[in-house]
Amino acid sequence: MYQVRLWSTRHSRSMERLYEIMNPAVLLFLRCMTRILGRRLDRPVTAIERTMKGFLFDCQMCGDCVLSKTGMSCPMNCPKTMRNGPCGGVRANGMCEVKPDMRCVWVEAWAGAKDMTSGGDIKQVQFLLDYRDKGKSSWLKVARDE
Amino acid sequence: MNKIKDIARPGDPLPILSGHVSNGRFERVLRAGHFAVTTEIAPPDSSDPREVLIRARLFDGYVDAINATDGSGAHCHMSSLAVCAILTRVGYSPIIQISCRDRNRIAIQGDILGAAALGVCNVLSLTGDDVSAGDHPSAKPVFDLDSVSLLGTIKIMRDEARFLSGRPLDSAPNLFLGSTINPFVPPVRNRVDQLAKKIKAGAQYIQSQYCFDLDLLKPFMKRAVDEGLTNDCFILIGVGILASARTARWLRENVPGVHIPDDIIDRLEASKDQKTEARKISVELMQKIKEIEGVSGIHVMAYKQEKHVAEVVKQSGILAGRQPWAPQRTEVEIKE
Ligand code: SF4
Repeated sequence: MYQVRLWSTRHSRSMERLYEIMNPAVLLFLRCMTRILGRRLDRPVTAIERTMKGFLFDCQMCGDCVLSKTGMSCPMNCPKTMRNGPCGGVRANGMCEVKPDMRCVWVEAWAGAKDMTSGGDIKQVQFLLDYRDKGKSSWLKVARDE
Repeated sequence: MNKIKDIARPGDPLPILSGHVSNGRFERVLRAGHFAVTTEIAPPDSSDPREVLIRARLFDGYVDAINATDGSGAHCHMSSLAVCAILTRVGYSPIIQISCRDRNRIAIQGDILGAAALGVCNVLSLTGDDVSAGDHPSAKPVFDLDSVSLLGTIKIMRDEARFLSGRPLDSAPNLFLGSTINPFVPPVRNRVDQLAKKIKAGAQYIQSQYCFDLDLLKPFMKRAVDEGLTNDCFILIGVGILASARTARWLRENVPGVHIPDDIIDRLEASKDQKTEARKISVELMQKIKEIEGVSGIHVMAYKQEKHVAEVVKQSGILAGRQPWAPQRTEVEIKE
Protein backbone atom coordinates (compact mmCIF):
# COMPACT_ATOMS: atom_id res chain seq x y z
CA MET A 1 0.00 0.00 0.00
CA TYR A 2 1.38 3.33 -1.11
CA GLN A 3 0.70 5.21 2.13
CA VAL A 4 2.18 2.48 4.30
CA ARG A 5 5.21 2.32 2.05
CA LEU A 6 5.80 6.06 2.48
CA TRP A 7 5.34 5.70 6.23
CA SER A 8 7.92 2.90 6.41
CA THR A 9 10.49 4.96 4.52
CA ARG A 10 9.83 8.00 6.70
CA HIS A 11 10.45 5.76 9.72
CA SER A 12 13.50 4.16 8.18
CA ARG A 13 15.49 4.37 11.42
CA SER A 14 12.83 2.43 13.38
CA MET A 15 12.60 -0.09 10.58
CA GLU A 16 16.35 -0.49 10.67
CA ARG A 17 16.26 -1.02 14.43
CA LEU A 18 13.54 -3.61 14.08
CA TYR A 19 15.60 -5.34 11.42
CA GLU A 20 18.71 -5.31 13.59
CA ILE A 21 16.84 -6.93 16.47
CA MET A 22 14.90 -9.47 14.43
CA ASN A 23 17.47 -10.43 11.84
CA PRO A 24 19.81 -12.71 13.84
CA ALA A 25 16.92 -14.61 15.45
CA VAL A 26 15.05 -15.03 12.18
CA LEU A 27 18.14 -16.22 10.34
CA LEU A 28 18.99 -18.69 13.08
CA PHE A 29 15.43 -20.02 13.04
CA LEU A 30 15.44 -20.35 9.26
CA ARG A 31 18.77 -22.14 9.30
CA CYS A 32 17.53 -24.69 11.83
CA MET A 33 14.28 -25.19 9.98
CA THR A 34 16.09 -25.65 6.70
CA ARG A 35 18.01 -28.50 8.24
CA ILE A 36 14.78 -30.20 9.27
CA LEU A 37 12.44 -29.32 6.44
CA GLY A 38 14.74 -28.53 3.53
CA ARG A 39 12.98 -27.22 0.48
CA ARG A 40 9.55 -27.76 2.06
CA LEU A 41 10.26 -24.57 3.94
CA ASP A 42 10.25 -22.45 0.80
CA ARG A 43 6.54 -22.02 0.26
CA PRO A 44 5.44 -20.93 3.73
CA VAL A 45 8.45 -18.65 4.28
CA THR A 46 8.03 -17.02 0.87
CA ALA A 47 4.35 -16.46 1.59
CA ILE A 48 5.10 -14.84 4.95
CA GLU A 49 7.84 -12.69 3.49
CA ARG A 50 5.60 -11.60 0.63
CA THR A 51 2.77 -10.64 2.98
CA MET A 52 4.87 -8.79 5.51
CA LYS A 53 7.16 -6.93 3.16
CA GLY A 54 4.32 -6.43 0.70
CA PHE A 55 2.34 -4.64 3.38
CA LEU A 56 5.20 -2.53 4.72
CA PHE A 57 7.19 -1.75 1.58
CA ASP A 58 5.11 -2.77 -1.45
CA CYS A 59 7.83 -5.41 -1.88
CA GLN A 60 7.91 -6.90 -5.38
CA MET A 61 9.80 -10.06 -4.35
CA CYS A 62 12.81 -9.48 -6.58
CA GLY A 63 14.60 -12.20 -4.63
CA ASP A 64 17.60 -10.06 -3.72
CA CYS A 65 16.48 -7.62 -1.04
CA VAL A 66 18.36 -4.33 -0.79
CA LEU A 67 15.95 -2.43 1.48
CA SER A 68 18.62 -1.86 4.12
CA LYS A 69 20.78 -0.18 1.48
CA THR A 70 18.04 1.89 -0.13
CA GLY A 71 16.67 3.82 2.83
CA MET A 72 13.90 1.23 3.27
CA SER A 73 12.35 2.27 -0.05
CA CYS A 74 11.89 -0.74 -2.36
CA PRO A 75 13.58 0.14 -5.68
CA MET A 76 11.46 -2.35 -7.59
CA ASN A 77 8.56 0.09 -7.27
CA CYS A 78 10.43 2.46 -9.55
CA PRO A 79 8.77 2.05 -12.98
CA LYS A 80 12.25 1.67 -14.43
CA THR A 81 13.20 -0.78 -11.66
CA MET A 82 16.38 1.22 -11.12
CA ARG A 83 18.59 -0.31 -8.44
CA ASN A 84 20.94 2.68 -8.52
CA GLY A 85 18.60 5.61 -8.79
CA PRO A 86 17.17 8.09 -9.24
CA CYS A 87 16.92 8.77 -12.95
CA GLY A 88 17.27 12.27 -14.33
CA GLY A 89 13.58 12.75 -14.89
CA VAL A 90 12.34 13.35 -11.34
CA ARG A 91 9.78 16.16 -11.24
CA ALA A 92 10.58 19.43 -9.46
CA ASN A 93 8.14 18.46 -6.69
CA GLY A 94 9.87 15.12 -6.13
CA MET A 95 7.24 13.07 -7.92
CA CYS A 96 8.06 10.28 -10.38
CA GLU A 97 8.55 11.12 -14.03
CA VAL A 98 6.46 8.16 -15.15
CA LYS A 99 3.78 8.16 -12.46
CA PRO A 100 3.05 11.77 -11.50
CA ASP A 101 0.98 10.63 -8.50
CA MET A 102 3.80 8.69 -6.91
CA ARG A 103 6.77 10.09 -4.97
CA CYS A 104 10.00 9.13 -6.74
CA VAL A 105 11.11 5.94 -5.04
CA TRP A 106 14.69 7.19 -5.02
CA VAL A 107 13.95 10.63 -3.61
CA GLU A 108 12.37 8.71 -0.74
CA ALA A 109 15.31 6.32 -0.62
CA TRP A 110 17.97 9.00 -0.23
CA ALA A 111 15.83 10.75 2.39
CA GLY A 112 15.30 7.49 4.28
CA ALA A 113 19.00 6.59 4.17
CA LYS A 114 19.92 9.88 5.80
CA ASP A 115 18.30 8.81 9.07
CA MET A 116 19.72 5.31 9.17
CA THR A 117 22.86 4.19 10.98
CA SER A 118 24.01 2.26 7.96
CA GLY A 119 22.55 4.85 5.59
CA GLY A 120 25.89 5.23 3.84
CA ASP A 121 25.30 1.82 2.26
CA ILE A 122 23.10 3.52 -0.32
CA LYS A 123 26.35 4.67 -1.92
CA GLN A 124 27.29 1.12 -2.79
CA VAL A 125 26.84 0.19 -6.42
CA GLN A 126 24.18 -2.47 -6.87
CA PHE A 127 25.10 -4.72 -9.72
CA LEU A 128 22.80 -6.84 -11.85
CA LEU A 129 19.77 -8.62 -10.58
CA ASP A 130 19.40 -12.35 -11.20
CA TYR A 131 15.94 -12.60 -12.73
CA ARG A 132 15.73 -16.28 -11.93
CA ASP A 133 15.28 -15.28 -8.29
CA LYS A 134 12.13 -13.29 -8.93
CA GLY A 135 9.36 -14.45 -6.63
CA LYS A 136 11.76 -16.29 -4.33
CA SER A 137 12.47 -15.50 -0.70
CA SER A 138 15.40 -13.20 0.08
CA TRP A 139 15.37 -14.33 3.69
CA LEU A 140 16.02 -17.93 2.74
CA LYS A 141 18.66 -16.89 0.27
CA VAL A 142 20.59 -15.16 3.05
CA ALA A 143 19.94 -17.91 5.60
CA ARG A 144 21.21 -20.54 3.19
CA ASP A 145 24.14 -18.43 1.96
CA GLU A 146 22.96 -18.85 -1.61
CA MET B 1 51.67 22.66 -28.88
CA ASN B 2 52.48 19.91 -31.35
CA LYS B 3 50.68 19.16 -34.50
CA ILE B 4 49.84 15.52 -34.65
CA LYS B 5 48.62 13.87 -37.74
CA ASP B 6 45.12 12.82 -36.97
CA ILE B 7 44.00 11.38 -40.23
CA ALA B 8 40.83 9.42 -39.87
CA ARG B 9 41.03 6.25 -41.86
CA PRO B 10 38.05 4.05 -41.21
CA GLY B 11 39.17 0.63 -40.13
CA ASP B 12 42.56 2.02 -39.20
CA PRO B 13 42.14 3.43 -35.71
CA LEU B 14 44.49 5.87 -34.01
CA PRO B 15 46.97 4.30 -31.61
CA ILE B 16 45.95 4.22 -27.95
CA LEU B 17 48.13 6.68 -26.05
CA SER B 18 49.51 5.70 -22.67
CA GLY B 19 47.04 6.28 -19.88
CA HIS B 20 44.16 6.22 -22.37
CA VAL B 21 41.51 3.53 -22.72
CA SER B 22 40.28 4.29 -26.23
CA ASN B 23 41.63 5.06 -29.68
CA GLY B 24 39.39 8.06 -29.83
CA ARG B 25 40.04 11.71 -30.48
CA PHE B 26 37.48 12.78 -27.86
CA GLU B 27 39.45 11.18 -25.03
CA ARG B 28 42.66 12.71 -26.40
CA VAL B 29 41.19 16.20 -26.37
CA LEU B 30 40.01 15.88 -22.78
CA ARG B 31 43.14 14.25 -21.42
CA ALA B 32 45.26 16.91 -23.10
CA GLY B 33 43.46 19.44 -20.95
CA HIS B 34 41.46 21.15 -23.68
CA PHE B 35 37.99 22.49 -23.06
CA ALA B 36 35.87 20.09 -25.11
CA VAL B 37 32.65 20.65 -27.01
CA THR B 38 30.18 17.91 -27.87
CA THR B 39 26.74 17.97 -29.39
CA GLU B 40 23.84 15.75 -30.29
CA ILE B 41 22.70 14.59 -33.70
CA ALA B 42 19.04 13.86 -34.18
CA PRO B 43 18.88 10.46 -35.90
CA PRO B 44 16.72 10.61 -39.01
CA ASP B 45 13.45 8.80 -39.59
CA SER B 46 14.92 7.50 -42.77
CA SER B 47 16.98 4.68 -44.19
CA ASP B 48 19.14 7.06 -46.18
CA PRO B 49 22.69 7.35 -44.80
CA ARG B 50 23.18 10.74 -46.48
CA GLU B 51 20.65 12.19 -44.05
CA VAL B 52 23.07 11.44 -41.21
CA LEU B 53 26.04 13.01 -42.96
CA ILE B 54 24.11 16.13 -43.89
CA ARG B 55 23.14 16.60 -40.27
CA ALA B 56 26.67 15.96 -39.02
CA ARG B 57 28.23 18.44 -41.43
CA LEU B 58 26.53 21.32 -39.61
CA PHE B 59 28.92 20.86 -36.70
CA ASP B 60 32.16 20.57 -38.71
CA GLY B 61 35.05 22.26 -37.00
CA TYR B 62 33.16 23.16 -33.84
CA VAL B 63 32.64 19.96 -31.91
CA ASP B 64 34.93 17.21 -30.67
CA ALA B 65 32.35 14.46 -30.56
CA ILE B 66 28.78 13.85 -31.67
CA ASN B 67 26.25 11.96 -29.56
CA ALA B 68 23.96 9.69 -31.50
CA THR B 69 20.82 9.45 -29.40
CA ASP B 70 19.16 6.11 -28.76
CA GLY B 71 15.42 6.46 -29.20
CA SER B 72 15.44 9.64 -27.15
CA GLY B 73 12.15 10.53 -25.54
CA ALA B 74 11.17 6.92 -26.29
CA HIS B 75 10.55 7.88 -29.92
CA CYS B 76 11.59 5.55 -32.68
CA HIS B 77 14.37 6.73 -35.04
CA MET B 78 17.38 5.27 -36.83
CA SER B 79 19.41 3.31 -34.27
CA SER B 80 22.31 4.90 -32.46
CA LEU B 81 24.63 2.10 -33.56
CA ALA B 82 23.81 2.69 -37.23
CA VAL B 83 24.24 6.45 -36.98
CA CYS B 84 27.61 5.94 -35.30
CA ALA B 85 28.73 3.46 -37.95
CA ILE B 86 27.88 5.92 -40.72
CA LEU B 87 29.78 8.66 -38.89
CA THR B 88 32.92 6.62 -38.25
CA ARG B 89 33.09 5.72 -41.93
CA VAL B 90 33.91 9.35 -42.63
CA GLY B 91 36.15 9.70 -39.61
CA TYR B 92 33.88 11.52 -37.18
CA SER B 93 34.16 10.74 -33.51
CA PRO B 94 30.68 9.69 -32.42
CA ILE B 95 29.44 8.81 -28.95
CA ILE B 96 27.06 5.88 -28.98
CA GLN B 97 24.24 6.35 -26.48
CA ILE B 98 22.90 3.16 -24.99
CA SER B 99 19.61 3.29 -23.18
CA CYS B 100 18.46 0.46 -20.91
CA ARG B 101 14.84 0.82 -21.93
CA ASP B 102 14.81 -1.30 -25.06
CA ARG B 103 17.39 -4.03 -24.70
CA ASN B 104 18.46 -6.63 -22.18
CA ARG B 105 21.99 -7.57 -21.23
CA ILE B 106 22.37 -10.01 -24.11
CA ALA B 107 21.46 -7.44 -26.77
CA ILE B 108 23.43 -4.64 -25.16
CA GLN B 109 26.67 -6.59 -24.84
CA GLY B 110 26.37 -7.59 -28.48
CA ASP B 111 25.91 -3.96 -29.50
CA ILE B 112 28.93 -2.91 -27.47
CA LEU B 113 31.18 -5.32 -29.31
CA GLY B 114 29.61 -4.29 -32.60
CA ALA B 115 30.11 -0.61 -31.91
CA ALA B 116 33.78 -1.07 -31.06
CA ALA B 117 34.23 -3.18 -34.19
CA LEU B 118 32.74 -0.37 -36.28
CA GLY B 119 35.25 2.14 -34.95
CA VAL B 120 33.18 3.73 -32.20
CA CYS B 121 35.42 4.84 -29.32
CA ASN B 122 32.97 6.46 -26.89
CA VAL B 123 29.86 5.21 -25.19
CA LEU B 124 27.30 6.97 -23.03
CA SER B 125 25.25 4.92 -20.62
CA LEU B 126 21.68 6.03 -19.94
CA THR B 127 18.73 4.56 -18.14
CA GLY B 128 16.42 6.10 -20.72
CA ASP B 129 12.98 7.67 -20.74
CA ASP B 130 10.03 5.43 -20.05
CA VAL B 131 8.07 4.08 -23.02
CA SER B 132 5.07 6.09 -21.87
CA ALA B 133 6.91 9.28 -22.92
CA GLY B 134 7.16 8.32 -26.57
CA ASP B 135 5.26 7.37 -29.68
CA HIS B 136 4.98 3.68 -28.80
CA PRO B 137 3.51 3.77 -25.28
CA SER B 138 2.21 0.23 -25.71
CA ALA B 139 5.73 -1.21 -25.98
CA LYS B 140 7.23 -3.45 -23.32
CA PRO B 141 9.81 -1.58 -21.23
CA VAL B 142 12.92 -3.67 -20.61
CA PHE B 143 15.15 -1.97 -17.99
CA ASP B 144 17.12 -5.15 -17.38
CA LEU B 145 20.00 -2.86 -16.32
CA ASP B 146 20.17 0.72 -15.14
CA SER B 147 22.72 3.34 -16.16
CA VAL B 148 25.05 2.41 -13.30
CA SER B 149 25.01 -1.34 -13.83
CA LEU B 150 25.41 -0.74 -17.56
CA LEU B 151 28.61 1.21 -16.83
CA GLY B 152 29.80 -1.72 -14.74
CA THR B 153 28.96 -4.12 -17.55
CA ILE B 154 30.95 -2.23 -20.20
CA LYS B 155 33.85 -1.81 -17.79
CA ILE B 156 33.97 -5.57 -17.25
CA MET B 157 33.95 -6.19 -20.99
CA ARG B 158 36.71 -3.64 -21.57
CA ASP B 159 38.97 -4.25 -18.60
CA GLU B 160 38.46 -7.96 -18.03
CA ALA B 161 37.82 -8.94 -21.65
CA ARG B 162 34.82 -11.07 -20.81
CA PHE B 163 31.06 -11.14 -21.00
CA LEU B 164 28.99 -10.89 -17.82
CA SER B 165 28.62 -14.64 -18.01
CA GLY B 166 32.38 -15.01 -17.72
CA ARG B 167 32.86 -16.21 -21.28
CA PRO B 168 36.09 -14.59 -22.56
CA LEU B 169 36.28 -12.10 -25.43
CA ASP B 170 38.91 -12.55 -28.11
CA SER B 171 39.44 -8.82 -28.15
CA ALA B 172 38.06 -6.30 -25.69
CA PRO B 173 36.16 -3.16 -26.74
CA ASN B 174 38.36 -0.08 -26.16
CA LEU B 175 35.66 2.33 -25.12
CA PHE B 176 35.80 5.67 -23.32
CA LEU B 177 33.00 5.35 -20.82
CA GLY B 178 30.52 8.04 -19.97
CA SER B 179 27.18 8.69 -18.37
CA THR B 180 24.81 11.51 -17.54
CA ILE B 181 23.86 13.53 -14.50
CA ASN B 182 21.03 15.94 -13.75
CA PRO B 183 22.05 18.26 -10.90
CA PHE B 184 18.91 20.36 -11.34
CA VAL B 185 16.13 18.07 -10.12
CA PRO B 186 15.47 16.39 -6.76
CA PRO B 187 17.11 15.04 -4.76
CA VAL B 188 19.43 17.97 -5.51
CA ARG B 189 21.50 17.30 -2.38
CA ASN B 190 22.25 13.74 -3.41
CA ARG B 191 23.12 14.34 -7.03
CA VAL B 192 26.81 14.54 -6.16
CA ASP B 193 26.50 11.17 -4.38
CA GLN B 194 24.91 9.83 -7.53
CA LEU B 195 27.82 11.20 -9.56
CA ALA B 196 30.25 9.49 -7.19
CA LYS B 197 28.38 6.23 -7.69
CA LYS B 198 28.61 6.53 -11.45
CA ILE B 199 32.35 7.19 -11.26
CA LYS B 200 32.78 4.20 -8.98
CA ALA B 201 30.93 2.11 -11.55
CA GLY B 202 33.27 3.25 -14.31
CA ALA B 203 32.23 6.64 -15.71
CA GLN B 204 35.19 8.58 -17.11
CA TYR B 205 33.21 11.49 -18.44
CA ILE B 206 29.78 12.95 -17.74
CA GLN B 207 27.41 14.96 -19.90
CA SER B 208 24.83 16.82 -17.86
CA GLN B 209 21.21 17.60 -18.56
CA TYR B 210 20.37 21.14 -19.77
CA CYS B 211 21.81 23.76 -17.43
CA PHE B 212 19.86 26.99 -17.29
CA ASP B 213 20.46 27.62 -13.62
CA LEU B 214 23.99 28.50 -12.54
CA ASP B 215 22.90 28.90 -8.93
CA LEU B 216 22.26 25.16 -8.81
CA LEU B 217 25.28 24.22 -10.89
CA LYS B 218 27.85 26.07 -8.79
CA PRO B 219 27.26 24.29 -5.47
CA PHE B 220 27.07 20.98 -7.32
CA MET B 221 30.42 21.55 -9.00
CA LYS B 222 31.98 22.85 -5.81
CA ARG B 223 31.07 19.70 -3.93
CA ALA B 224 32.22 17.55 -6.82
CA VAL B 225 35.59 19.31 -6.83
CA ASP B 226 35.89 19.18 -3.03
CA GLU B 227 35.21 15.47 -3.03
CA GLY B 228 37.88 14.95 -5.65
CA LEU B 229 35.42 13.63 -8.20
CA THR B 230 36.73 15.84 -10.99
CA ASN B 231 40.16 14.21 -10.71
CA ASP B 232 38.81 10.94 -12.01
CA CYS B 233 36.15 12.17 -14.36
CA PHE B 234 35.64 14.90 -16.97
CA ILE B 235 32.43 16.82 -16.53
CA LEU B 236 30.73 18.39 -19.52
CA ILE B 237 27.76 20.62 -18.80
CA GLY B 238 24.72 20.61 -21.05
CA VAL B 239 23.72 23.87 -22.69
CA GLY B 240 20.56 24.19 -24.72
CA ILE B 241 19.69 26.50 -27.56
CA LEU B 242 16.08 27.53 -27.16
CA ALA B 243 13.86 28.88 -29.93
CA SER B 244 11.40 31.02 -27.99
CA ALA B 245 9.72 31.51 -24.65
CA ARG B 246 6.99 29.19 -25.84
CA THR B 247 9.33 26.31 -26.60
CA ALA B 248 11.06 26.90 -23.28
CA ARG B 249 7.74 26.52 -21.48
CA TRP B 250 6.85 23.49 -23.53
CA LEU B 251 10.21 21.85 -22.76
CA ARG B 252 9.86 22.57 -19.07
CA GLU B 253 6.41 21.10 -18.88
CA ASN B 254 6.74 18.15 -21.23
CA VAL B 255 10.28 16.87 -21.16
CA PRO B 256 11.15 15.02 -17.97
CA GLY B 257 14.02 16.52 -16.01
CA VAL B 258 14.26 19.88 -17.76
CA HIS B 259 14.57 22.78 -15.34
CA ILE B 260 14.31 26.30 -16.79
CA PRO B 261 14.02 29.12 -14.24
CA ASP B 262 11.38 31.81 -14.78
CA ASP B 263 13.90 34.60 -15.29
CA ILE B 264 15.16 32.94 -18.49
CA ILE B 265 11.61 32.71 -19.82
CA ASP B 266 10.82 36.26 -18.75
CA ARG B 267 13.95 37.51 -20.46
CA LEU B 268 12.95 35.76 -23.69
CA GLU B 269 9.44 37.10 -23.50
CA ALA B 270 10.63 40.65 -22.97
CA SER B 271 12.93 40.63 -25.97
CA LYS B 272 11.91 41.76 -29.44
CA ASP B 273 13.69 39.01 -31.28
CA GLN B 274 13.32 35.88 -29.17
CA LYS B 275 15.44 33.68 -31.43
CA THR B 276 18.47 35.94 -31.24
CA GLU B 277 17.99 36.48 -27.54
CA ALA B 278 17.86 32.73 -26.97
CA ARG B 279 21.19 32.27 -28.69
CA LYS B 280 22.63 35.11 -26.66
CA ILE B 281 21.52 33.31 -23.51
CA SER B 282 23.29 30.15 -24.69
CA VAL B 283 26.49 32.07 -25.46
CA GLU B 284 26.49 33.70 -22.03
CA LEU B 285 25.79 30.41 -20.28
CA MET B 286 28.68 28.73 -22.07
CA GLN B 287 31.08 31.51 -21.13
CA LYS B 288 30.02 31.50 -17.51
CA ILE B 289 30.07 27.72 -17.22
CA LYS B 290 33.58 27.58 -18.64
CA GLU B 291 34.75 29.72 -15.73
CA ILE B 292 33.43 27.29 -13.10
CA GLU B 293 36.11 25.15 -11.53
CA GLY B 294 36.01 21.50 -12.48
CA VAL B 295 34.10 21.86 -15.74
CA SER B 296 35.89 20.20 -18.67
CA GLY B 297 33.57 21.06 -21.51
CA ILE B 298 30.16 21.89 -22.88
CA HIS B 299 27.59 19.51 -24.33
CA VAL B 300 25.33 21.47 -26.69
CA MET B 301 21.80 20.19 -27.05
CA ALA B 302 20.04 22.01 -29.83
CA TYR B 303 17.12 19.90 -30.95
CA LYS B 304 15.69 21.50 -34.11
CA GLN B 305 18.24 24.32 -33.65
CA GLU B 306 21.21 22.32 -34.94
CA LYS B 307 22.08 24.88 -37.58
CA HIS B 308 22.96 27.38 -34.86
CA VAL B 309 25.36 25.19 -32.91
CA ALA B 310 28.49 26.26 -34.80
CA GLU B 311 27.63 29.93 -34.58
CA VAL B 312 26.85 29.84 -30.85
CA VAL B 313 30.04 27.93 -30.04
CA LYS B 314 32.02 30.35 -32.17
CA GLN B 315 30.54 33.43 -30.53
CA SER B 316 31.13 32.07 -27.05
CA GLY B 317 34.84 31.66 -27.69
CA ILE B 318 34.98 28.58 -25.48
CA LEU B 319 37.21 26.77 -27.94
CA ALA B 320 39.81 29.49 -27.41
CA GLY B 321 40.92 29.40 -31.02
CA ARG B 322 41.20 25.62 -31.19
CA GLN B 323 39.65 23.99 -34.22
CA PRO B 324 38.33 20.48 -33.69
CA TRP B 325 38.80 17.86 -36.38
CA ALA B 326 36.50 17.86 -39.38
CA PRO B 327 36.51 15.54 -42.41
CA GLN B 328 38.26 17.93 -44.80
CA ARG B 329 41.10 18.53 -42.37
CA THR B 330 43.88 16.09 -41.75
CA GLU B 331 45.70 17.75 -38.89
CA VAL B 332 44.54 19.06 -35.57
CA GLU B 333 46.44 20.62 -32.75
CA ILE B 334 46.42 18.65 -29.56
CA LYS B 335 48.75 19.41 -26.70
CA GLU B 336 50.94 16.45 -25.89
S1 SF4 C 1 11.46 9.44 -11.18
FE1 SF4 C 1 12.23 8.08 -9.55
S2 SF4 C 1 10.71 6.44 -9.34
FE2 SF4 C 1 10.27 7.53 -11.28
S3 SF4 C 1 11.37 6.38 -12.85
FE3 SF4 C 1 12.79 7.97 -12.18
S4 SF4 C 1 13.98 7.03 -10.50
FE4 SF4 C 1 12.19 5.72 -10.85
